[in-house]
Amino acid sequence: MTETEADLPRVGVFLCRCGTNIAGTVDIPRIAQYAEKIPGVAYVEQNLHTCSSEGISKIKEAIRNRKLERVVVAACTPRTHEPLFMAAVEEAGLNRYLFQMVNIREHDSWVHTGDKEAATEKAQHLVNMAVAKAINLEPETRREIEVTPSALVVGAGVSGMTAALSLADQGFQVYLVEKDAEPGGLVKDLHKLLPTDTKADMILAPMIEAVRTHKNVSLFTDSKVTGVNGFIGHFNVEITTGQNKLTTEVGTIIVATGAEPLSPEGYYQYGLHGIITQLELEKKLVDDTAVLPNQVSMIQCVGAMEEKGRVYCSRICCGVAIKNALEIKRRFPSTKVNILYRDLQTYGIEYEQLYRDSLEAGVSFINFDPHRPPEVSITTDGQLNLQVYDTLLGEEYTLEPGMIILSTPLTPREESKELAKILRVPLTPDGFFLEAHPKMRPMDFSSDGIYLCGTAHSPKNIPECISQALGAASRAAIPMKKGRIMAEATTAVLDPEKCVGCGACATACPFDAIIWGPLGAPKVIDAACKGCGVCTVECPVGAMQLRYFKDSQLTPAIDALLHPFPDEGAQERKPVILVMACKWCSYAAADFAGVMRLQYPASVRIVLVPCSGKVDFRHIYKGFMSGADGIIVAGCLKEQCHYVDGNIVAERRVEAAKKTLDALKIGGNRLEMFFCSAGMPRDFAEYMRDFTERIRKLGVATLENNQAFRSLDVKTLTEDAGDV
Amino acid sequence: MTQSQQSFLVIGGGIAGIQASLDLADRGYKVHLVEESPSIGGKMALLDKTFPTMDCSICILAPKMVEVLRHPNIDLLTYSEIRGVEGEKGNFRVIVAKKPRYVDPSKCIGCGVCATRCPSRVKDEYQMSLGDRKAIYMPFPQSVPLVYCVDPESCLFLTKGICRVCERFCEAGAIDFDQKEELVFLKPSGIIIATGLRVSKPIEIEEYGYGRFRDVLNAMEFERTLTATGPTGGELLKPSNGEHPRNIAFIQCVGSRSLREGYPYCSAVCCMHATKQAILVKEHSPETTVTIFYTDIRANGKDFRQFINRARTEYGVNYVRGKPGEVREDTETNQLEFYYEDTLTAQIHKVNVDLLVLSTALLPSEKNGELARLLGVQTDEYGFIKQLDPLTSPLSTTVDGIYVCGFAQGPKDIPDTIVEASGVASIASTIHPSIGE
Repeated sequence: MTETEADLPRVGVFLCRCGTNIAGTVDIPRIAQYAEKIPGVAYVEQNLHTCSSEGISKIKEAIRNRKLERVVVAACTPRTHEPLFMAAVEEAGLNRYLFQMVNIREHDSWVHTGDKEAATEKAQHLVNMAVAKAINLEPETRREIEVTPSALVVGAGVSGMTAALSLADQGFQVYLVEKDAEPGGLVKDLHKLLPTDTKADMILAPMIEAVRTHKNVSLFTDSKVTGVNGFIGHFNVEITTGQNKLTTEVGTIIVATGAEPLSPEGYYQYGLHGIITQLELEKKLVDDTAVLPNQVSMIQCVGAMEEKGRVYCSRICCGVAIKNALEIKRRFPSTKVNILYRDLQTYGIEYEQLYRDSLEAGVSFINFDPHRPPEVSITTDGQLNLQVYDTLLGEEYTLEPGMIILSTPLTPREESKELAKILRVPLTPDGFFLEAHPKMRPMDFSSDGIYLCGTAHSPKNIPECISQALGAASRAAIPMKKGRIMAEATTAVLDPEKCVGCGACATACPFDAIIWGPLGAPKVIDAACKGCGVCTVECPVGAMQLRYFKDSQLTPAIDALLHPFPDEGAQERKPVILVMACKWCSYAAADFAGVMRLQYPASVRIVLVPCSGKVDFRHIYKGFMSGADGIIVAGCLKEQCHYVDGNIVAERRVEAAKKTLDALKIGGNRLEMFFCSAGMPRDFAEYMRDFTERIRKLGVATLENNQAFRSLDVKTLTEDAGDV
Repeated sequence: MTQSQQSFLVIGGGIAGIQASLDLADRGYKVHLVEESPSIGGKMALLDKTFPTMDCSICILAPKMVEVLRHPNIDLLTYSEIRGVEGEKGNFRVIVAKKPRYVDPSKCIGCGVCATRCPSRVKDEYQMSLGDRKAIYMPFPQSVPLVYCVDPESCLFLTKGICRVCERFCEAGAIDFDQKEELVFLKPSGIIIATGLRVSKPIEIEEYGYGRFRDVLNAMEFERTLTATGPTGGELLKPSNGEHPRNIAFIQCVGSRSLREGYPYCSAVCCMHATKQAILVKEHSPETTVTIFYTDIRANGKDFRQFINRARTEYGVNYVRGKPGEVREDTETNQLEFYYEDTLTAQIHKVNVDLLVLSTALLPSEKNGELARLLGVQTDEYGFIKQLDPLTSPLSTTVDGIYVCGFAQGPKDIPDTIVEASGVASIASTIHPSIGE
């Protein structure tokens, strides 16, 4: 470093004792003495609890009185406390990104309780890292994005109309786009609706009237969404009606395109006279004068719950069959109705009640085994024959129904594929839309500002569709109601001077946040960038950087974390392990390992990265050069990456890097990729113990005489490694 | 009335109440979230992993819990209960009682020294009484707020006037035995009921031996024995003798889907819950035999059937259609023995298992009745909150301005609960639409 101390920004270091939680194991006064000597550190303070209101006011005081330009807090995990300190720093007039937090509790005092000396030494390294990064931090600006208070709702079935009306009632302008000539969707063709047995028209007619007349709803029938560009707050959408195209701007989008029942060609002789689907039955039942034969059989799971292909259960068909069976019994009490089922899906309260009602009404249920399915045949005089083995009675029956009703599953609409492409949102292998998280975010897509409801998500009944439509309306209303959203500043930024215009960044971006044409430099759309940093690794010239995790910040941090102290050299060195841990899963697992006091060697030193996909060969190289004897790149479990597939990209890069390390006689076995979820602290600690042991057996890495490694042109090597 | 004056009361701090509060608060409404226990999180905080993604439950819940705590628009009232309600939509008046924690939340740093020193040990309700806690305690490590709480029923000082050890050792000086119950008066525009569920203990269903045989557990008790933060630290052990079970059976629909045994309805989540637990057992020890005795496999949510198939083919979980008969225990080995008929093959078998898990009926909160009386809303015969119209108004109660979401209304899983919680926020927001006109 050529800078003199006077050129360095003034760093304040705040050391939290956390009662005895940290100070009981880590010698805080010794860390304070050490920190004072780090170049750039202008002020050091020890607090009983830095997060207490007293601690916070001391930080603010010191920023003002000591003219601090950077703040480092060594305390617990940034995952819970970083926002608190960032806000304090900002309140004292310093940019919030000129702050760095380092974890000496969960990652140190709590996991090395038995070895105070080692824990203290590790804390010194950790503080050293934080100061090195802090010195190189740059002020960043969180951008405010205005959100247009209008929404596009695609699909005007019950879900779409409910969502549209809810948003309209809340005062937002809604563009409701329906592919058919009339709103209403699938329910248009239904007779009565569960669980109240209300005629479909009774709920549909007032809804259709409302979407036609509500002053905040613009209804487009016979129309399609043919283009969407932009991002949350500012989507430019193109609605096509016949020859006419309308382009408008909306803040949010709700997908409510529904599903359609399977037409069971090829199943149970469908197409023969007297063999129809439940939907076709409902259409008949709409006519009050319809006449049915005196025996009707229904077969469930026709084209659903298959071994391959359509594996899923369509959730609603058992309820629908029972509802229609009851209707038949009401109109024609002497008609025999039997339902051939596999696993009856009368979940919850009302459906189970409906099932008991149907038993009382005389509907009979026959359980069949999918390995021995019912068989349909027709006699020469046109009589339907239905052979079924009843598992409960252990008997084979032959029924002679006048009509066979096939219960078919709801299937994804063919048009979903096109819409998914236009919106750049994913589908499940079954073809339904895939939400951001099946458990916690059932109405959000992972792209901000786009939401999902109804049977486009998965098969469900009307009240469930209504609930989800209201839910999606709520999710969409939040940014529109706020009027603006704050985007984190940790986005990718391009240095146009360095950029060679290859477009590798744009290809790598999992969120299409980088626009690139063959002519000219790529452009990062800040609002669409999620800050994973995957693109920065692909850039061959280091022109693409991630704010707050720039190479100019991360590399000195890694060096400071690993670099041996001057007095260490003489002693016999213990292997040092560098872990580059993704903030979502493995860093969190390390935090929980701390909470559970799971012990592992203090030679393990953890650096926070936004995603394992941010880890570059340059960081790995730097790690070994600075004194690491083993390196772990730790990401989320496969298929659980918060940035689509950053961890998979990381794995590929680690594999390539291992080969390079082998070739350079460092040993590819000194580098490993580790996948873990935040819920796997035991696995994390165990892995740290095992890996340390593996590296201990290999011995410390000696690079002093490895000229090939020391003189490596990292830039060239990254390109080669990337090709593997 | 301007939006800044409008507020909502959310009753219940499980995932339903958390999501409803966040959705409302994010729109700028003030939310008072009232939770009766010392921490928010509800039942989801007690789960190990969640189906079908096998995400760690607390890991996906904790960020939302912290968000509630930090949200400038949310006033979190834990360890509190509703005492009185009057008024109507747009203008309710509610009295909430904050019970004394005997710990000053502004000083407690959650270090836990008090609990290590506390001499009074009691059964831990968060471990389903399979483990112990101290009289001063934090329900679970990720509790929100991260503040200890003194249980007045087991604290030696509060019951016998001696001890105060916690006070002596608390470095932060947070113990405050002078705390008294405090009444809070709220004026919300609307009220959301999100009181969740409880798990039944089928003592009256004698044939399965619950309550008599130590190795017969209900599903939630078994969940705790699988959980890293559970009484065995996540090690799968038989409660009777601490040995590893080699053969585990689940019986579904115990006390549910039955007029004779308890509750006629289906609890909606148990087939998936048992399957998840079966997979967890197999992940703990692949050589353990796991059998699920079911009536109908109800795997009707997104990706659920695929999950069952994976349990079968990848993990080797056995599914048997049929309900076992009476369970007997060998008093020496604690082995459990019963007969069952596999209804798909119409054959009768005898089996011995080391551990039996009963998927028992899931019930609404036992306080729903009292709460419904205070609020004037109707409940059904089981204590679930009645909907205004189960088809068109699934989230409205029989009283205008009072809404319901999650298990308080009827059995459902976590995603359906989150859907309803967000949905409730949409309806509640239209009490006073504040933009547009």
